[in-house]
Amino acid sequence: MSASAESLASTVPAPAESACFHCGLPVPAGTHYAALVDGQRQPMCCHGCEAVAEAIVAAGLTDFYRHRTAPSRRPEDLIPEPLRGLALYDRPDLQKSFVRAEGEHVREAALILEGIVCAACVWLNERHVNYLPGVLEFRVNYSTHRARLRWDERQIKLSEILAAIGAIGYVAHPFDPDRQEALQKRERSVALRRLAVAGLGSMQVMMLAVGLYVGDYQGMEDWIREFLRWICLILTVPVVTYSAQSFYRAAWRDLRRRQLGMDVPVSLAILAAFIASVWYTGQGGGEIYYDSVTMFVFFLLTGRFLEMTARHRAAQISEALVRMLPATATRLNAANEEEIVPIAELASGDRVLVRPGATIPADGRIIEGASSVDESLLTGESLPLPRQLGEGLIGGSVNVESPLVMRVEKVGADTVLSAISRLLDRAQSEKPRLALLADRIAGGFVAALLAVAAVVLVAWWSLSDFDTAFRITLSVLVVTCPCALSLATPTAIVAATGALTRLGVLTTRGHALETLARATHIIFDKTGTLTFGRPQVAAVETSSGLEARRGLALAAALERGSEHPVGRALAEAAGEMVPAAMEVRNTPGSGIEGWIEGRCYRVGRPEFVAALSQSPATERDDFDAASTWVALGDETGLLAWFRLTDTLRPGAAAAVQALQTRGLTVELLSGDRPEAVAHIAHEAGIATATGGLSPQDKLDRLRELQRRGAVVAMVGDGVNDAPVLAAAQVSLAMGNGTQLAHASADMILLSEKLEHLVGGVDMARRTLTIMRENFAWAIGYNLLALPLAAGGWLTPWMSAIGMSFSSLLVVLNALRLRRW
Amino acid sequence: MRILYLLIPMALGVVGVALWAFLWAVRTGQFDDLEGPAHRILMDDDDPRIPRYRAEVEKDKSLSE
Repeated sequence: MSASAESLASTVPAPAESACFHCGLPVPAGTHYAALVDGQRQPMCCHGCEAVAEAIVAAGLTDFYRHRTAPSRRPEDLIPEPLRGLALYDRPDLQKSFVRAEGEHVREAALILEGIVCAACVWLNERHVNYLPGVLEFRVNYSTHRARLRWDERQIKLSEILAAIGAIGYVAHPFDPDRQEALQKRERSVALRRLAVAGLGSMQVMMLAVGLYVGDYQGMEDWIREFLRWICLILTVPVVTYSAQSFYRAAWRDLRRRQLGMDVPVSLAILAAFIASVWYTGQGGGEIYYDSVTMFVFFLLTGRFLEMTARHRAAQISEALVRMLPATATRLNAANEEEIVPIAELASGDRVLVRPGATIPADGRIIEGASSVDESLLTGESLPLPRQLGEGLIGGSVNVESPLVMRVEKVGADTVLSAISRLLDRAQSEKPRLALLADRIAGGFVAALLAVAAVVLVAWWSLSDFDTAFRITLSVLVVTCPCALSLATPTAIVAATGALTRLGVLTTRGHALETLARATHIIFDKTGTLTFGRPQVAAVETSSGLEARRGLALAAALERGSEHPVGRALAEAAGEMVPAAMEVRNTPGSGIEGWIEGRCYRVGRPEFVAALSQSPATERDDFDAASTWVALGDETGLLAWFRLTDTLRPGAAAAVQALQTRGLTVELLSGDRPEAVAHIAHEAGIATATGGLSPQDKLDRLRELQRRGAVVAMVGDGVNDAPVLAAAQVSLAMGNGTQLAHASADMILLSEKLEHLVGGVDMARRTLTIMRENFAWAIGYNLLALPLAAGGWLTPWMSAIGMSFSSLLVVLNALRLRRW
Repeated sequence: MRILYLLIPMALGVVGVALWAFLWAVRTGQFDDLEGPAHRILMDDDDPRIPRYRAEVEKDKSLSE
């Protein structure tokens, strides 16, 4: 008798009708968590929600539930405070990096708040924290989910404040505002000031310019015209000298590096038009371009401001994924007492206690206990590996089953983890870059423009006097002003990244979209990327008439408290109707034994389970490399088999096929066992797959492809993928991947849905098309205007209309990307 | 039309004031959070059901009596 995972799901009892009052998730049947809110008993789904709701009510903040517009996030299982290492935040040496002292006792810190879903959360946090004695100010920024905290350290400790925030269901961790926040804030306020000056200036100039145009048409007294022209000059000076500064600086930087970027023609146009206008204002005749100059600067600054906002938002989201500190470890001192220390203080020879679920802090060897260790993020190996007394442990992997005491052998720069980090640094510095469309076009454009201007000058000089030649040359420079050209890419990129962020694809670097559009190869990692990275129950086989559901429930009862991925998979598949197990004993590496309803059961390895009934262990012959068989038995013999595999994410095969139909070569590189990799590759429909690779091997394979001219997009999630992510021309990390993977990726798939990757590729290609259209239009406009200007037929109002119109068209074209 | 000599400089003065006001707003951080304040104003800070405020309200009452 066998049942697939799907049919199992249907036999699991339907979720209870009531939803948790706090987080909105269904309340599991058979649980009785509840809290009194406004005098009414409200159901809660778990202990965490119950505790949080009670804390909120006790603080008199029940209004939160009335005002909120979205259900709260389910609090992570309440971790006992000492284990979270919050006390570490009180140490002065650690505080130095994120706390500012203000006077003798007042301290100030910036916090990232997790779990903010609506405005009421902000209210709740501010009220709750502001009432703590000793807190002077606590203010939450709703847009960025950051908070500023000032407190008196004589009355309250930082760790107590963080614990208080934890009590109402949010997670706060300090970050170093100088690192990014202050920089962004400064950049933003400078940009806003420049934008304001340019905006006000251009409006005023435009108003006066309309007067001048009408005056040209109807006739205007000379003194009024002169006066208006001088006022225009006065209004333009701050725009040209202050607002446009960033263009000059970027252009100068480009020139020093002997490159021609888009800023060079921009600066050239601004300065040429301004100088020409000043010249004619002083002379009292001829054309002035103040309106064009100020509008041009204003348009461009707006485009750049939007681009900057998109970039900041991406950076903020990705920084929130990076926890600042306590990477902590529990060290045992000579008297066997536990003390929590930062990892940096560990030395070779220290004895460290690693609890189940905790990360192993350094490379070392087991001196007490046995457990299994999840190395998937480091190696791509999907199942935890058993580790016995005396065996080695890799820092950064996760202890799964039972407590271990280890002796630290290597710390800091000697560990495997930092070796991978070094590989990452090198890969990042050697990343091949594609020349971006805008830069390539700008280079040719400037060269052509200068050549044409020179020819025009010489030609007119030989035909008539220098004054006419100079006037016409200036009008050529101004009219070919690359306004539309320089708006062509930023507007398209801003529109596309906005649309993608709504899909759950975060673009963290500007070049990513353009490069993704030109990718020829897509390389996937297996564990955690194509698959979930943890096993799931794929099939159940029972003997002696036992129901599949009952078998699962028995196994889940035994595995209830287990941190082992296999145990969690069984508990997940069984749902909530699970009997209670007594006297549960865990034998690391073998399985679990316990009493349910008066009978003794074992779940785990076949030998271990068979030993209970003293029957010979049966091995499964239909063993395939990608899956694990777990047995369940009692004193009479084997009762059930469970097949667990690290299953493909739903939609992975479809996504791979969609990518292939788009002409991309899809490849799979993994650190997991080759058989498991081959199996997944077959399921996903990927022809080229290699397993058993180290980070260096992956990097070598990537370089080989790049040498052959491939543009590679890499999708990964783990630490072992980070160097390859950094070296690929464009890279995407999964939302739940490691920090290192996020930091080295150009885009982050927050939604974790692979079909959104396909959407991302489509969007990137459309963006590139739109950018090309914009360029074609802008260059076409210039080609049309150039002969008119060179012939001396162009009047200022014609060029003003032409420029505004071409810019508007480019912006509208780019906005088409938003509708998707 | 000589009045233009007065009116246009006055207009420039108004623009100057507008610019100063905007720069002041940027400097004092009013553009830092564009969403929060709109919600913040809807939430009562002085709800007497909040224990601390209840204490204050009662204190005020007893003082005024």
